[in-house]
Amino acid sequence: MQNINAGDTAFVLVSAGLVMLMTPGLALFYGGMVRAKNVLSTIMHSFFILGLISVLWVLVGYSLAFGPDVKHFIGGLQWIGLNGVNGVPNRDYAATIPHLAFMIFQGMFAVITPALITGAFAERMKFRGFVAFTVLWALLVYSPVCHWVWGVGGWIRNLGVMDFAGGTVVHINSGIAALAAALVLGRRKDYDNGGLVPHNLPLTVLGAALLWFGWFGFNAGSALAANGLAANAFVVTNTAAAMAALSWSAAEALHRGKPTTLGAVSGCVAGLVAITPASGFVGPLASVVIGLVAGVVCYGGVLLKSRFGYDDSLDVVGIHGVGGTTGALLTGVFASKAINPGGSNGLLNGGSASVLGIQAVAVIATIVYSFTVSFILLKLVDAVVGLRVSEEEEETGLDLSQHSEVGYAF
Amino acid sequence: MKKVEAIIKPVKLQEVRKALTALGIHGLTVTEVQGFGRQKGYTQVYRGSEFSAQFLPKVKLEVVVGSDLAQKVVDTIVETARTGRIGDGKIFVSPVEQVVRIRTGEQGEQAL
Repeated sequence: MQNINAGDTAFVLVSAGLVMLMTPGLALFYGGMVRAKNVLSTIMHSFFILGLISVLWVLVGYSLAFGPDVKHFIGGLQWIGLNGVNGVPNRDYAATIPHLAFMIFQGMFAVITPALITGAFAERMKFRGFVAFTVLWALLVYSPVCHWVWGVGGWIRNLGVMDFAGGTVVHINSGIAALAAALVLGRRKDYDNGGLVPHNLPLTVLGAALLWFGWFGFNAGSALAANGLAANAFVVTNTAAAMAALSWSAAEALHRGKPTTLGAVSGCVAGLVAITPASGFVGPLASVVIGLVAGVVCYGGVLLKSRFGYDDSLDVVGIHGVGGTTGALLTGVFASKAINPGGSNGLLNGGSASVLGIQAVAVIATIVYSFTVSFILLKLVDAVVGLRVSEEEEETGLDLSQHSEVGYAF
Repeated sequence: MKKVEAIIKPVKLQEVRKALTALGIHGLTVTEVQGFGRQKGYTQVYRGSEFSAQFLPKVKLEVVVGSDLAQKVVDTIVETARTGRIGDGKIFVSPVEQVVRIRTGEQGEQAL
């Protein structure tokens, strides 16, 4: 096996494991925020996706995302069933680790992205509709956008966008799909009567902790090597998360009088989202600013929800959509070739406005494509399978109505 | 025989129980309840949205005693459960028609 670096390989494989852990972490993060009667259904969304997408990725998702380029839009089918993908490194993607290692690392990203969307339709989605939508979304939205930004030949990659670990591919993508879902599904029955209260915030905090931990794999692992860039990504990830937790708490305390636990963990997630595209391009001081901005902007993003009246149950739009956009744009401001010669210099480092422009193009393209196709897929699935549970099922709770289960049998 | 039903602050439960046991009652039923009286609820905040909790957690005690003991039970509860602040609770006394001990089938005051 020529040119395989043991350190790089070990690091990427462990990082893949860390990112895998983020999906059950997300399950708990979301699970604690819904009502007790829906806790299992919410957790089941994420956990089932782990199964669904893990298999789909191996069968066809990876080839569509990273396979030989077709019209700068999508990958070809040459790698279906991981045909030709083995221990030999792929020089284009990661020259020092087995191709399989790169594939499985990317696979964990493909898993968590649709899992993020589930937060928008929690507490009212039919299980069958959810499965149908997720499979279609993975193939028709995730793989294409992934190909555009990270695939060889992808048109956004060719523009020179800087998206280190998935600000567009993962966060804006899922955030805007979540908006489509919230709009198509409509509000929960109890939206207006004050009954939508988290049932187990300690569970949410546990989930957030697992997300923060896993994010080290998400961002640092995206260096695809055990090197200085990975270390930089690790450091800025932690710093941005920390700063955003503080700034959301501060914003909340100033606005409402007291900081909350849910606010602190939401802030930390917002910071992690925002630093995701920037993690391999900006330094620690920039990450403090990015975290600070993300915490405040995403707090505002979450309040926006009530202004516009859409029921994004768990704030996927406010945190992932808004946070991802913030991070992608700030990357165009703070990026430095000193940190990553493979990137460009951002506005503050002598870069031209076109650098920021390219970031904006990536953001807008992702938003437009993801929203449009997600919306169509939702309508399609609604027509064929049905998306929303009946009023009675919603009242009984999804754990019982969709799964004949009870979360807490006291 | 009388049933004395008291809604009290949860934090006062142990003190009341001790005092009633010292009085000589033979049994007590305790339920965790929610309710409101003059003490209004508190406000919870989740991601910027406010939720008023109109109900407050309380504890409901029920004890059935001979009619001559009822007043002493009431006085004891009042004394030990009182904090002086709004939300201390209320006591209701009602007549009891019949009492049966399930194990032996005894009826009346001897079943208390």
